[in-house]
Amino acid sequence: MEQNTKEKIQNIINENEVLLFMKGTPVMPQCGFSAAVVGVLSHMGIKFNSVNVLEDPEIREGIKEFSDWPTIPQLYVKKEFVGGCDIIREMHENGELTDYFNQAGVTAE
Amino acid sequence: MAMTANEIEELLLKSFPNAKITIDDLRGDGDHYAAKIVAAEFKGKTRVQQHQMVYNAMNGKMGTDLHALALNTSAPNS
Repeated sequence: MEQNTKEKIQNIINENEVLLFMKGTPVMPQCGFSAAVVGVLSHMGIKFNSVNVLEDPEIREGIKEFSDWPTIPQLYVKKEFVGGCDIIREMHENGELTDYFNQAGVTAE
Repeated sequence: MAMTANEIEELLLKSFPNAKITIDDLRGDGDHYAAKIVAAEFKGKTRVQQHQMVYNAMNGKMGTDLHALALNTSAPNS
């Protein structure tokens, strides 16, 4: 991965408390897995920003290497990689995600 | 390009020889699977680390040959 791609990704992560790398947009997700994570966050009332990787091939490939994670979506909270669709879903179902956001100091609206 | 459940299981067993692995073909299209893996290697690892270990075991096939592999990982007796 090129250095400027890495910096670009790091900057976006630094600037956004809750950030979802996804396919499509929260209003119009282009993939069921991205839609599932948007659904969880919306249901919890967590405000988040998103990056549509379909609009940026550089980020789409770069983020996989950056996170050492081969799939999209990817959720970052306060610069920390929380997980992909399976993990977010599982954490939501067992209540861990609420604790996680509380501990991270992210409050629902 | 798709993979069979057996191919996935064989790959995973190379990295987790004593694991208990259950693989479901979710849509019958050879491209959307769910894998439940119970392996001693996961002990003490976070869920993200566990999934990364599985993706590494998949040898780069995840996200290329295989579109979707829903993961449920755990260590024995935990």
